[in-house]
Amino acid sequence: MSLPLPSLDHLPDPAIALKATATDWRSAVRAAASALSAAGYAEESYGDRMIALVEEYGPYIVIAPGLAMAHARPGADVHAPGLALVTLASPVSFGHAHNDPVSVVIGLAATEADQHVASIAALANVFNDESIVPALAAAASRDEIRRLLGAASRADLS
Amino acid sequence: MKIVAICGAGIGTSEILRVNAVRALERLDIEAEVTATDVASVGSAAADAQVILTSPELVGAIGRTNADIVVIQNYFDLDEITAKLEVAVG
Repeated sequence: MSLPLPSLDHLPDPAIALKATATDWRSAVRAAASALSAAGYAEESYGDRMIALVEEYGPYIVIAPGLAMAHARPGADVHAPGLALVTLASPVSFGHAHNDPVSVVIGLAATEADQHVASIAALANVFNDESIVPALAAAASRDEIRRLLGAASRADLS
Repeated sequence: MKIVAICGAGIGTSEILRVNAVRALERLDIEAEVTATDVASVGSAAADAQVILTSPELVGAIGRTNADIVVIQNYFDLDEITAKLEVAVG
């Protein structure tokens, strides 16, 4: 069965963590895993697999200035497709040549490899606006995060 | 024209890159099939591809290929993606 990812402007409260304290990139990725776990999408151990992907291939998950999209392959530790968003109290370096430091971490969990098309297209809409990462990083409430994501995901930027 | 977007896991980042590559190709008015896959599958997935899109970190993991490798730094910068694709396919 193919479940859709939840839409960006309806991220549940546990899937959003504001001003998380991370001392390095691994703890930033673990914070995203904790949010995915709190929302019921994945086990905490999914964070180990997200970290392993970076250890294997490098910090390519830092896909835009200030933004990391932590993820791993589908697995037994993923219960449902989901997204989580974590803002960091202090930005951390992932060792990326162009896009460090990171202040916003998206956690992505999928149960099937081809599951994400609609929500990923919406994510692309959101982050094609380069002002969104600093705005998210500065957001003071979960509602503000949802409002920013929702407004941007509906904008026609194509 | 076949274009393959690559990431470490084949979900998430390669899909972002695929979506934005489709938008860039629309700007360029170029017809192409764009797929997303993981770097471990690149040998088979990109066997008949003209272009591989990926990040700087993954170039070394791609191995031998006849395709043009286009390196994208900011996956959300449509201007960057459009300009680099125009060079690769133009």
